[in-house]
Amino acid sequence: MASEPENKETNPLPTPEAGAPSPLVAALQREHPEWIAEVIEAFSETTIVVPREHIVAACSFLKTSPETRFDFLSDICGADRGPEEDPRFEVNYHLFSTTKHHRLRLKVVLSEEDAHVPTVTGVWRTANWHERETFDLFGVIFDGHPDLRRILLPDDWQGHALRKDFPLRGYEPYSLK
Amino acid sequence: MSSVVNIPPQFEVVDRPLDTQMTISMGPQHPSTHGVLRLELVLDGEMVVKTTPDIGYLHTGMEKLFEYKKYQQGIVITDRMDYLNPLGNNLAYCMAAEKLLGLEIPERAQVIRVLMCELQRIASHLVWLGTHALDIGAMTVFFYCFREREKILNLIEAASGGRLTPSYFRIGGLMMDLPAGFERRCKQFLDAFPGAVDEFHTLLTGNRIFQNRTQGVGRISAEDAIDWGLSGPCLRGSGVNLDIRRANPYCGYENYDFEVPTEPDGDVWARYMVRMREMKESHKISAQALSRLRPGPVKADAPKVVLPDREAMKSHMDALIHHFLIVAEGFDVPAGEVYFPIEASKGELGVYMKSDGGPKPSRVHFRGPSFVNLSALPVMAEGEMVADVVAIIGSLDIVLGEIDR
Repeated sequence: MASEPENKETNPLPTPEAGAPSPLVAALQREHPEWIAEVIEAFSETTIVVPREHIVAACSFLKTSPETRFDFLSDICGADRGPEEDPRFEVNYHLFSTTKHHRLRLKVVLSEEDAHVPTVTGVWRTANWHERETFDLFGVIFDGHPDLRRILLPDDWQGHALRKDFPLRGYEPYSLK
Repeated sequence: MSSVVNIPPQFEVVDRPLDTQMTISMGPQHPSTHGVLRLELVLDGEMVVKTTPDIGYLHTGMEKLFEYKKYQQGIVITDRMDYLNPLGNNLAYCMAAEKLLGLEIPERAQVIRVLMCELQRIASHLVWLGTHALDIGAMTVFFYCFREREKILNLIEAASGGRLTPSYFRIGGLMMDLPAGFERRCKQFLDAFPGAVDEFHTLLTGNRIFQNRTQGVGRISAEDAIDWGLSGPCLRGSGVNLDIRRANPYCGYENYDFEVPTEPDGDVWARYMVRMREMKESHKISAQALSRLRPGPVKADAPKVVLPDREAMKSHMDALIHHFLIVAEGFDVPAGEVYFPIEASKGELGVYMKSDGGPKPSRVHFRGPSFVNLSALPVMAEGEMVADVVAIIGSLDIVLGEIDR
């Protein structure tokens, strides 16, 4: 039943026998090794941890490079590792190629004091609402976003609801001001 | 009363901006917004200059709730997201957890999952068709669609006990096997269904009013559709041949014979035609799945994850202990993160699930197709008439429960 965790390797240089998705990593590795902070191959999915300052360049490269062609941004979602962790926040970008049908996850990790990440709305316009949602629920600021407002919660909501230190039932009942 | 007004024989309609703009709020209680969607429309006369969707009226913090519930308790939350396609939500959630656990699902359970999901897809498309036609002004279609949907809901009820919130799939298989006589009833429905689709075609497809209201309205090009992340019938309506069932097969979809309908035009009519053809394809897959049903287990062989049978609990001590532990304490899921996409009735439904090793997920995120498809509404609605916005919203097939979560 729990045989999968053995597959979890965290090595910066992917080995050729790591599975099908590693050519994607190799493409990035060859051109821009400084964009790769860590590669995680687990559960037959590939995750590349990208330093924050390179995320837009990495996304544009992966979108246009003929080997990768990640023209479709499936999803962006945030995650909170907990208030005592540093870096505390993750932003996960789930990339998909409509022609090659492969998938890749990019991950940016952010500290609580400096939860800023450049927007990728210039690469895929669909990022707009995903980034607004992540901002709304985690308080991650997407620098350069054209319309960074709350999307699910009311504009005058206090706090960010999906942070681990936000109580499940909130602080007090919400009422319109 | 004999004053005769001289009406000129022909009007010349001039598309001239009025130089005055008006902002109106459409919704959140407007029936054609399919729930509680509010649109802020900036109008020039009757022409839409800018659309700003305002969502969140139904936000209930489901993604937060997942973090406080055990894995198996999360299944019932997923029913309430896209309430027209609850089995699809169940499937994506369960399969994400199964990927983390590394569970092998038995053949019979896979086939039943495909069968139920395709029936659910037909039911979801029927609600779309009925309400879409209703929005545009065709009342009758609605009743015919709901007549057929009722038959599917009866089948789902027979299998799971629930009609709108079935929660039929479990992590590791199904809640229980299909009841006796299900195959006969399902076959009865499937035999009659192509006739019903033909009936819908006679009501709408040849209808001049319906054609004029939908053809050329709300266009989006293939490049824009991909850039805006459209998926499902909305993307295929722009001529992109992409279906997750084909691109990243799951549940054995690679073994089924079906076509992926696409239409090149990218307008409301194209999305209509794609869904109409998709119902026939789903019918085809359902019939194949039904013919492939062979006796066998419907739960994975994983006693620490899957609840034991009632009979086994009465005779085996370990089954009783496992039952107690699963219900009282849940089961631990290996640490890690997965993203599991499926082709739901509205498009790519992806579940991002992150575990830190305990019985409750650390993060569950749903990439709802309605959420992303709605974000492209401003592009489609720009330059159209107000009345066409209603047609475009209908063609997107959104469910606010999934958008707001």
